[in-house]
Amino acid sequence: EGDPLITELQDWNHVLGDGVDANPYGMPSRHEAHVKRRSVEWLTADPVSSVNFTPLHELDGIITPNGLCFERHHGGVADIEPAKHRLMINGLVDTPLVFTMQDLMRFPRENRVYFLECAANSGMEWRGAQLNGCQFTHGMIHNVMYTGVPLRLILEEAGVKTNGKWIMPEGADAAAMTRSIPIEKAMDDCLVAFKMNGEALRPEQGYPLRLVVPGWEGNMWIKWLRRIEVGDQPWHHREETSKYTDLLENGTARRFTWEMDAKSVITNPSPQAPILHSKGPTVLTGVAWSGRGTIPRVDVTIDGGKNWHEARMSGPSFDKSMHRFYYDFDWDGTPLLLQSRAHDSTGYVQPTKEELRQFRGVNSIYHNNGIQTWYVNEKGIAENVEIS
Amino acid sequence: ATFGLGRPATADEIAAWDIDVRPDGVGLPEGSGDVTTGEEIFTDRCAVCHGDFGEAVGRWPVLAGGQGTLSDDRPNKTIGSFWPYLSTVYDYVHRAMPFGDAQSLTADETYAITAYLLYLNDIVDDEEFVLSRDNFLEVEMPNAEGFMPDDRMETEFPVFVKADVCMENCKDAVEITGRAAILDVTPEETRARQLKEAVDKAKSGTAADAVTVDSAPPVSLEGGPAGTAAPTEQVAATETAPAAPTADAAPAETAAPDPQLVAAGEKVFKKCQACHQVGEDAKNRAGPQLNGIVGRTAGTVEGFKYSKPMAEAGANGLVWDHAELSGFLTKPRDYLKGTKMSFAGLKDQADIDAVVAYLSTFAAD
Repeated sequence: EGDPLITELQDWNHVLGDGVDANPYGMPSRHEAHVKRRSVEWLTADPVSSVNFTPLHELDGIITPNGLCFERHHGGVADIEPAKHRLMINGLVDTPLVFTMQDLMRFPRENRVYFLECAANSGMEWRGAQLNGCQFTHGMIHNVMYTGVPLRLILEEAGVKTNGKWIMPEGADAAAMTRSIPIEKAMDDCLVAFKMNGEALRPEQGYPLRLVVPGWEGNMWIKWLRRIEVGDQPWHHREETSKYTDLLENGTARRFTWEMDAKSVITNPSPQAPILHSKGPTVLTGVAWSGRGTIPRVDVTIDGGKNWHEARMSGPSFDKSMHRFYYDFDWDGTPLLLQSRAHDSTGYVQPTKEELRQFRGVNSIYHNNGIQTWYVNEKGIAENVEIS
Repeated sequence: ATFGLGRPATADEIAAWDIDVRPDGVGLPEGSGDVTTGEEIFTDRCAVCHGDFGEAVGRWPVLAGGQGTLSDDRPNKTIGSFWPYLSTVYDYVHRAMPFGDAQSLTADETYAITAYLLYLNDIVDDEEFVLSRDNFLEVEMPNAEGFMPDDRMETEFPVFVKADVCMENCKDAVEITGRAAILDVTPEETRARQLKEAVDKAKSGTAADAVTVDSAPPVSLEGGPAGTAAPTEQVAATETAPAAPTADAAPAETAAPDPQLVAAGEKVFKKCQACHQVGEDAKNRAGPQLNGIVGRTAGTVEGFKYSKPMAEAGANGLVWDHAELSGFLTKPRDYLKGTKMSFAGLKDQADIDAVVAYLSTFAAD
């Protein structure tokens, strides 16, 4: 008598498994096939210029595995042989320069962990709850360790002229993505990165070279980086005028809204990750981040904001990186209304969606960092809701 | 201190890559184009996605109209209603358009398309209007003054930076005011449903919660409502020149293709879909529609403007059988120098076999 998984001999207990090299570049267990990026077909006109989403509800800790980092590209994934890649620095510099990948590998390099969030993350939720799953509502984010050269060193190599106040990084892909970035940020903490989580950048993340712009909206982190021009004023290109500007209720739009406001989301339970057990000990967990610093504190409510509890932070706390929080509680089997509220190191507290709408209306598309609510019914099934 | 790494860029190298244009006109090349010429080019190269009048096909961006709607409940953000600078139009059209054939437009063509876009947006009303570097800065965009710098630190921070937050007894009652399930626009997710069914089976009890329904249409990344029906005009006549049956037809054309291979090919075809359509409503986009492509003579789809080499190859008798398609798809630009098809190629022969099998299931209309 007992669990047949214990009392009976299982295949894997006596049949030999694969030897080494069966998978020279390893993949997750085949039982994890459901852990994958997913897209929402109706969001964009075509899969080549589209987005898919990180399955936040399947992850733990703070590092996103490279193969699960959400993708957003505007002209498909460029296929670039590193030996044929060049980085040019031109414009208001003493000497316009060209670097090969080999040249770049000879600069002193650094390792830093940063989140990258698309400005449009949660952008579909401005008017109300719309998508059932934190993968879809919050999955345009990933958090990895980058290895790269401080951009400052590369710019100094070319010698920025005193009237050089802006840079314009440009991609080598078929969209030739460009953004304008003030020189102060470029000289501060930007990296020209070639590794993520220790291995080469994935093609969809800009292989062989991408810009890292810590804490600022993901669109600025130019992938397949081939050129950086230095200028005396911003370029006002398509990605900073037509897109990535935030339309307010009165018809005017904010531009150059670079920093990502503090934000958090409960990843478990959530619509794709229901509570599968009955009442008793329950682990609630989620992630929080801020483009302006660290997250010293996250509050969690399970009764729709009547009462809040300070969550337990676990894992390293890096500047402009994702943070992991837990709230371990005894579920009594009654319905729950779950929310999390991040506090960042500047004292900023994540606002409710309604508070945000007071300032921005519902047509901003970008920078929706409002508090997310999940309703969990007595069966443990979760759904995306809004509450009073 | 510098490291002495890298080498000076040559003037030609800088000229090749430095294509950006700024609002003050820096970067604009010599050249000019008029509205009428722009209309011809637009109809030929852009209308397949953006519509003949910039009204857009499917979910592609709308380029014209919408002026005065920015403070509406559903604003229509177009070049005319929203874009602050004309230089952005020039820069972007030249940099990234047409989709799938970036940086193929000459300076004159880009000026002409830009002029036509001004015309579509009623910013110029003369079909003879010629846009050039000389008069470029004279054009003022209607929403030039519609933007302001990020003011979150002044407006929102004082409210959202809080020394104290309520932790206990913060409100008396809570009601659900909206729920995503009403819209039901979340992609079909087998595992989530399986989980839910499992939970349903394992546990008893019924949910009984009153909710207020928020029935607004879903909002997409592009800002417009999702799920709007694609225009139905579509379907141009596609009188493919009937290809003469060839003696050396590959097996894919004679035997019924393996369903598994066809299914695999459907997946591979996703790489082609940005530019090519198949099926009942297929029409020409950045590339020709592909109904009946297997066995078709090259360069013969009506209404599609082929590259000269492709048209010539067809005139010289090139027929797209399995072998020829394989050669082309492996590396299009090596196979046919000068082809317009800006696709790197399929590295895996299995992918090629699959996609050819898939395409063979679509007969010419």
